[in-house]
Amino acid sequence: MNQRNTGNEDIRARSLEIKIGLAEMLKGGVIMDVTTPDEAKVAEESGASAVMALERVPSDIRRDGGVARMCSVEIIEGIQKSVSIPVMAKVRIGHFAEAQILDELGVDFIDESEVLTPADEAHHVDKAPFRSPFVCGARNLGEALRRISEGAAMIRTKGEAGSGNIVEAVRHLRQLNGDIRALAALLPEEMPSAAKELQAPLALVKEVADKQGLPVPNFAAGGIATPADAALCMALGAEAVFVGSGIFKSADPSARAKAVVHATTHWRDPGEVLNASRGLGEAMPGIELSTLKESERLANRGW
Amino acid sequence: MPEKLKVGVVAIQGDFEAHAKCLASINCEPVRVLWKSDLAPLSALILPGGESTTISRGLTRQSLYQPIRDFVATGRPVLGTCAGAILLASRVVARESDSSFETIGALNVTAVRNAYGTQVDSFSSFPDLGTEKCADLQDLKCVFIRAPKLIDLGSEVEVLLRVKEAPVLVRQGKVLAATFHPELTLDTRVHVLLLSLVKR
Repeated sequence: MNQRNTGNEDIRARSLEIKIGLAEMLKGGVIMDVTTPDEAKVAEESGASAVMALERVPSDIRRDGGVARMCSVEIIEGIQKSVSIPVMAKVRIGHFAEAQILDELGVDFIDESEVLTPADEAHHVDKAPFRSPFVCGARNLGEALRRISEGAAMIRTKGEAGSGNIVEAVRHLRQLNGDIRALAALLPEEMPSAAKELQAPLALVKEVADKQGLPVPNFAAGGIATPADAALCMALGAEAVFVGSGIFKSADPSARAKAVVHATTHWRDPGEVLNASRGLGEAMPGIELSTLKESERLANRGW
Repeated sequence: MPEKLKVGVVAIQGDFEAHAKCLASINCEPVRVLWKSDLAPLSALILPGGESTTISRGLTRQSLYQPIRDFVATGRPVLGTCAGAILLASRVVARESDSSFETIGALNVTAVRNAYGTQVDSFSSFPDLGTEKCADLQDLKCVFIRAPKLIDLGSEVEVLLRVKEAPVLVRQGKVLAATFHPELTLDTRVHVLLLSLVKR
């Protein structure tokens, strides 16, 4: 139990505990990509637990090509004014100046995201000094622990954003959880070698082995398009889901948003996931990933 | 062995698993609550932290508002933390643009949502000294995440703890509300307090 600190002063929001606290509050919910205040209102009304402010959803970024950057300040401010749920926004990998702008804006979570064009091909943002918590994508345990060691307060799968294809998110969830199970089976003297293989700090590796889980919440993202996709991710151990293009690129965004929320709450109950799956109209168009060139795969970004 | 007390946690969205862990650690049986029928066997109920708008949409979808009011009316204790405290309040103040939502209305206070600001204003603190209502909780670490404030307290509402003069733990009969997150620390004293209100 913590000692009462003298003078009753606050431990300000820099502490990781406070940052992880918001990630804890987002569990069991759906975080939706939105590009306008009106979309943000639809998301909130439909039961989203947070929104991600973006200029273009990932499937449009994929279609348009070019450099994808942080969302414009006006769009973020407009969305912050329009909803009371937390507002997140993305920065390019390694672009700490974009992150500083979002921190100044008081966004509730910063996503250092492979969906945008990377700004640094070797280094991610040093996340600990920021007031806003960070979420980062990961494909496996080593990548997750490197992001956590940089100060991330939440990990999400990378999946393959904007593809409407769940296969990569499933791969990343299974990989991460399999890595954790394998680590938990090791003897104490085998930890340093495991840390070397994972390319992650030994202290964090030991912590994961002890806890048999990450020290921060782990959410699913990338390719979630249907209520069943959300239920699948929850059943594979995700603690909440991000839905990007899947909502506002579908035929009836409000109905689909409510359905994905319902399936995320009731993922243990197939009857309720069935109820959520009725009458939704067309899902977003999907991409078979073998048709993508390696250079078009967003999940390969990040180091 | 006496049977374990069953304590429900509303499991629509939020940190209900953290509450379940706290309850298990003090020898209770946590029960996920999603339907009216889940409430029947419970000795007490918790509305967890999370997003109050999201949980309120879920309570409407699950038709749980009236059953929870009925649960409170049977005299069984209820604890709401952060979003849960907002949902227990009789009145909610928000910005003009915010969507309104129904509350359970079991606690005669006005909840001001996001009263401290956004996540960058979240903090942890210890209770003000000299609010002796709960002298044994004065070293309780209080974690505030996009927390609400409780104002316009009715005379029947007792303030158990304050932080920077704002009431952060209050009680009205068997209804307890915390604007912070006792479930995020390993300290289970607020959960023990809830159990102390159960009629044995």
